Parts: sequence; C-alpha cells; structure tokens
Amino acid sequence: MNSGLKTLAASLAVGAALSLGLGGAIAAETPKKGGVLKFVVPAEPPSFDGHRETTFALVHPIAPFYSLLVKQNPQNSMDPTDIICDLCTEMPKPTDGGKTYTFKLRKGVTFEDGAPLTAADVKATYDKIIFPPADISSARKAYFVMVESVETPDDETVVFKLKYPSSAFIPALAMPFNFIYDDAKLAQDMHWYEKNILGSGPFQKAERQAGAFIKGTANPNYYEKGKPYLDGFEAIFAKKESLRVQAIRGDRAAIEFRGFPPQSRDDLVKALGKDITVQESDWNCVLLITPNHRKKPFDDVRVRRALTLAVDRWGGSQYLSKIAIVKTVGGIVFPGHPLAANKEELQQLAGYWPDLAKSRAEAKRLLKEAGIPEGFKFVLNNRAVDQPYKIVGTWLIDQWKQIGLAVEQQVQPTGPFYDTLRKKQDFDVSIDFNCQSVVNPLLDVSKFISEDTSGSQYGGYTNREVDELFNAMNQTDDQAAQREKMRRMEKIVLDEEALGFITMWWYRIIPHRSYVKGWNVSPSHYLNQQLADVWLDQ
Amino acid sequence: MAISELPTSVETAAPRRRTAWQQFKRVARRQPLGVAGGAIVILMILMAIFADVIAPYDPTAMNYSAFTAPPGTEFWLGTDQMGRDVFSRIVHGARTAVFVGFVASIVGAGIGLVLGVGSAYFGGKIDLVFQRVMDIFMSFPLIIMALAMVAIFGTGVDKVIVAITIPFIPRCARVVRSTALSVREMPYVDAARSIGYSHTRIILRHMVPNVMAPFLIMITAFVGQAILLEASLSYLGLGVQEPTPAWGLMLQGGAELYAESAPWVAIFPGLAITLAVFGFNLFGDAVRDMLDPKLRSQ
Repeated sequence: MNSGLKTLAASLAVGAALSLGLGGAIAAETPKKGGVLKFVVPAEPPSFDGHRETTFALVHPIAPFYSLLVKQNPQNSMDPTDIICDLCTEMPKPTDGGKTYTFKLRKGVTFEDGAPLTAADVKATYDKIIFPPADISSARKAYFVMVESVETPDDETVVFKLKYPSSAFIPALAMPFNFIYDDAKLAQDMHWYEKNILGSGPFQKAERQAGAFIKGTANPNYYEKGKPYLDGFEAIFAKKESLRVQAIRGDRAAIEFRGFPPQSRDDLVKALGKDITVQESDWNCVLLITPNHRKKPFDDVRVRRALTLAVDRWGGSQYLSKIAIVKTVGGIVFPGHPLAANKEELQQLAGYWPDLAKSRAEAKRLLKEAGIPEGFKFVLNNRAVDQPYKIVGTWLIDQWKQIGLAVEQQVQPTGPFYDTLRKKQDFDVSIDFNCQSVVNPLLDVSKFISEDTSGSQYGGYTNREVDELFNAMNQTDDQAAQREKMRRMEKIVLDEEALGFITMWWYRIIPHRSYVKGWNVSPSHYLNQQLADVWLDQ
Repeated sequence: MAISELPTSVETAAPRRRTAWQQFKRVARRQPLGVAGGAIVILMILMAIFADVIAPYDPTAMNYSAFTAPPGTEFWLGTDQMGRDVFSRIVHGARTAVFVGFVASIVGAGIGLVLGVGSAYFGGKIDLVFQRVMDIFMSFPLIIMALAMVAIFGTGVDKVIVAITIPFIPRCARVVRSTALSVREMPYVDAARSIGYSHTRIILRHMVPNVMAPFLIMITAFVGQAILLEASLSYLGLGVQEPTPAWGLMLQGGAELYAESAPWVAIFPGLAITLAVFGFNLFGDAVRDMLDPKLRSQ
C-alpha cells in the first residue's frame, strides 16, 4: 500500500474507532455461535440478480447467499485497499507487465444444490458481467473496460488478461455485486438469477415473503470453517424511516445497514443508552447537481457556473450535517483519498471559494451577462427520498434564491425520477447521485465523462478532453500523474465548463443494538454485507 | 262586517326589517356552531389573503442557526428542522389550503352541477350511461381516487388541484341530479320547452338556479374535504412539494423524525389542519341546515 492510501485508511479507521468509542475492544472478544440477526431494509430488491442491479436493497438481503472471487476485508472495512480472497486462495501478483492476473480457487466449494464451484463458474460469471449478451443488462460492465479476456486453464484456475495495466482492476473485481453464479444455470437461462437465489455463500435456503422479509439459514458446508456464526438472518423490509428506527428501539430488529440521520441516532442513544452502539464513517456516496445541457439556458456555461457559485458548501456542511446524512465537502473524488483535492485545491474551484459574498456576486454577474432576469424560474427534479435528497434539494433552492432564482422542486418516486433522467431527458436541473462500493476513484469518476461513453452521465454533454484525461489516468500506475490529471479533470468538470456539480459527500451513521458484533462500518453501504463474521453477544 | 270595522292595526303590524346585526344574532342563536365554523373560515381566508403581512418571516427562508428552535418570543411556534419559522409557514400554508380547497371545490362542484343537471334533463340512455360512469368513479374512496389522479398527473399545486377536483365531480353530479330530476318535471320547465327554448337555456336559466341549495351545500362540504385531501397527499409526499408552505407537507417533513425532540414541528400544523377542517364542516352543516327546507322547518 502506498503512503497516501495508508493515510486514507488510517484516517478512516481512526474516525470510525473514535465514533465507536470502543478502541481495541472489538478484536479482543471471542465470537459466540447461534442466534438470528434481524435487520431492517428500506426497500425491496427489484430482482435478485446482483450483476444487473445497483441498489443496496439487493445487497443487504441477498449478498449473504453468495461468494465473491475477492472482497474487501470485513475485519478491516475502513481500508479501501485491503482486498482479500473470498473464493481464491491467494491474491495474485500481476504478470506480463501488469496485464495478467491468475487466480487459484479454493477446492471443495459447492453451491447450495451440491454442484461443485469451479473455474468455469467464475468465468461464466465474469463473462456475463464484462461481455454480456445483447439482452442482458450488466450494471458494472464499464468498470472492466481494461479486461480483454477471462480464461480457465483448469478447474481451479482463472486468468484475467487485461488490455493494459490498470490499478482499477482489483477494486472492480471486489465489488460486492459480483456474485459467483452457477455456470450450468447461466447456460440454461441467463435471466435465471433474476428470480432465483443459488449461491455458495455463508447462508442458504432463502425464504421470501414479498413485501415482508427475506430469511436465510447458515450454510453448514461454508468453506470458511466455523463461520457463519449466526444460525440465520432475517431481512425485514420497512419503507418508512420511523418504522425502522422504532424496530431497533423496540428490539424487533438489531440494525439497519444503510444509515440513519443524526436525529434518529440521537433519539436511539437517548432511549437505549449502552444498549445502542453507533458506528460512523465518511460515505463513498455524493449528491450531484446535473444541469440539462440539452436545454436552454443550461447550455450556457455562464448559467451553469452561476448555479454552482451560489452554493455555500462550507456552510452547508456545517448546518446540514445536523439534520441530514451529508457532511464532507469534496470534489469529484471521495474525500481523503490520495487522488482527492485537498481544501486549498478545492477553494480554487467555482462554488468552493472561501469568500461566499464574492462568489454570489460573480454568480449574479454571470446571470446578468447571460441575460437571465431576476426571479427566473426553473424546476429542480428530485427523488422522493427524504435522506438526503429532499433535504439537500430544499437547501439548494434556498441557496439559489440568494442569487435571484426562483426554483420549484419536482419530487418523483425512484422509477419516474430515473425515467426523467434517462428517457424523457426533459428536466431543467436535476439532483443525481454517484454512490460506489469499493473506493476506486479512477473508475468512480466515469460519471463525469461524455454521455456516449459514461452510461450514467445524464447531463447530456460531450467533452473529449475529460474523456482523454479519464483514459490516461486509467492507463498509468503513476499516482502523481493520476493525481495531476484528476485535478485537471476536476477543474474542467466543476469550474471551467461547469458540466455538473458536487454538493456534499454523505456521512454514514449506523446506530445498532450493542449485542451485534463482528460487523464494522465501511465507507459504503454496499460493502461488508456477507455477514459471515457477524455474531450476537446474547 | 263593514269595511270601516276592519282593524286599523293591520298597517302597523307589517314585519319590521331586521338589521344585519340582528340577523347575525338570530343566526348565531340558532346555529352557534355554524357561526363558530364561519369565524374559523373567515379567519383562514383572512390569513390566506394577508399572509405576507401577518407572517413575521419568509416561510421558505432557512435560519441555519435555529434548527428546531422551541416556541418563544423570537419564533412564536418554534422553527422546523430546517430553521424555518413554523408560524410563518402555517400562515402561508393557509394560503395553499384555501387556494386548493376553494378551487378544487368550486371547479369540481361546478362541473358536477352541469353534468348532474344535464344528465337529469336529458334522461334516457344518456342518463343511464352517464350514471354508470359516475358509479365507477364513486366506487373508489376519495383518497384512493385522488392518489390515482396524482399518479397520473404528478405532483405540485396545480396537479393536486386537478387530482382533488376530479373525484369531486361525480359526487356533486349525483346529488344535483337527484334534485334536478324533480325540477325537470316542474310545469315551468315544460312551459320553457313548449315555447322552444334551447336545451342550454332551459338547463342554465330554469334548472340550475333551482338546484343551487344542494350545490352550495356540496361546495361547503367539499372545501373541508379538499383541505384534508391536500394535506393527506402532501403528507404522503405526493402533493405540494418543498419548499412551498403547506400543512400536510410540514407534517411529512418533521412529524415523525422530530416527534420526541421537537414536537411543535408536528403539533401546530396538525392543529391547523384539524381546526380548518372542523371549521369548514361546522360551517357546511350550518349552511345545509339553513338551505334545506326539511331541516329548516324542524
């Protein structure tokens, strides 16, 4: 691990430990076997296919049924670079100038139905993710642009050949959605896993009652001997936040893995005292402001720059962190990462200037120059989710009011919200988000590259300089060069061209019953959800 | 009996014209709850009209140093989770409630009036088909119908008005039709037909004025329902959207999360909704009692 990454890992770990208030106590405890972990989930999974979906609503109840080739270390979840083997036996050293990775697989691993898990299953899985057939949706295909082929010289060996060396490859492999599927089932029907669950993970025998719960029981043949510690788990679906808080308060559930706002944390701590433990972390998730470049006047860079110049991010961080799950001011890279901008660098960017009055005066000047009248109205498209979407949206409207803009908010449920972004494309300005699992900025910033290559950029712009910087960063292992290119990309995206804007990075607050042990907060609500290491101190 | 023997007191016995104040006192004696309801309605309307003058703060302005400030001299009813003055938002919320309530009620009842009278007047197959369509609409509870409409039209004040107006139409049309059916059989309607008046003229000039009593009763009943519906839709996140001040939205934003630590965030908008609906219902009942001949004779 290089020094920058060590610093990031150390700072994240210290932050989590401080918020835990537990120091080294966790490591000293001996896990107990037995019990059923009940946890609440705010939404139900749209399907059971991890390769297709992008939501935590799939990961939380479904990840415990599956194995991955590699995963982030659940015992060191705050270190985004600590990636360990799950099905493989040893993390490989790249060969062929960094272009070949050879993984040896564990022997004797079986799927729930008894079929042996071999290299063919891993290849079939990654072929589906990286080279999906035309009718198969793969949400993370773009993360494997560097992969040329997946080969299986024998039943226990998988070889990934890359087009060029890339430090983004291993983090991409460790994404928690990359469930290893049965080759035979995929050969039979590539859509089979959308409606069925069959894995080799720590839990099995999935039982589902739509709208209510998904249950699993411990896999007696799990390859990590002695694990899982739990007899089973029950994921209880509860859409309303108040219900989820009350479920934990009344001990109907022990934890919610996504994150609660500060007020819920305070209420639970006040009510339950030592029976509640709080884990907190910076969150690799950020709300964006996406102006529609296809629509006037947002095709004018002066108008876009005015929008970002009006926003008081430094103040907002201070105030909104009291009521919402946002906190850290940052640029396009997860704050604290070696590739992220530091405070001095951020303060050079539009919308991050230390002098707010000057920033807003410039915003007004730009609007006037662009012919935008005082009281100009537009609609902010937002998602019907309180935390943090609606709160940040309402705050933004207040910010834009300060420069004479009259903004209305159009709040839509998730489906229509995405339809507006992806299909209708008729919005003025929209809230958007960039939530990632493994901290992997080189690929995480693909959100900002041109529309025809990004796949998740909804502003409708094309900027080839940004694309070139993105490609160049991904084809070098020199971190200094990566950092320099990242700063240039950030300058174009957030300032010079004001292509899209960052609000504040999220902050993850997990208050849970103190008897839940072995689960450690991570910078993503997608990570560390296999639950093999979780145990109940009861 | 000679004419001269007629009592001369007849001239002096003519009824005295009551002053407005006397009339008001008479109504207040007979309908004390109705007058109380009317007072609440008038208060709401005044609040809506003069919201800019009454409210001490901009209802959308966020005060970052006063999140969930308790009621006191600076903020009479406290502030919400975004530091906005609850009193100012309630006052401006009255504007949203009154606007949505009156527009949805008047438009819904107005369309219902025309359709109901038309259906009764033409009768036959038109009436049969029309009433079956009304049956379909009325088979859904009001809130379900409004939810369906919001799903079709989307969120926002204008769309909420449409969503509330549509379910009101069949309800008013059905009530008005029942009265219009008896009006249709009146000799003056036959007379109007026999001298060749157009259908439109007969409906508008001769039938509509004679079904005004149930129409007005429906309007007063609808306003309270519309306010409650708007608040319900906003509470569910399907109605008016932030930062527009609206009572249901105020409950949605803070009621659950801050129920323990800042109960005023939920209590005061809840009280405003309760009081407004209560006021309109009392007023509506009084109007019904006064306009319905059967109830009046009792």
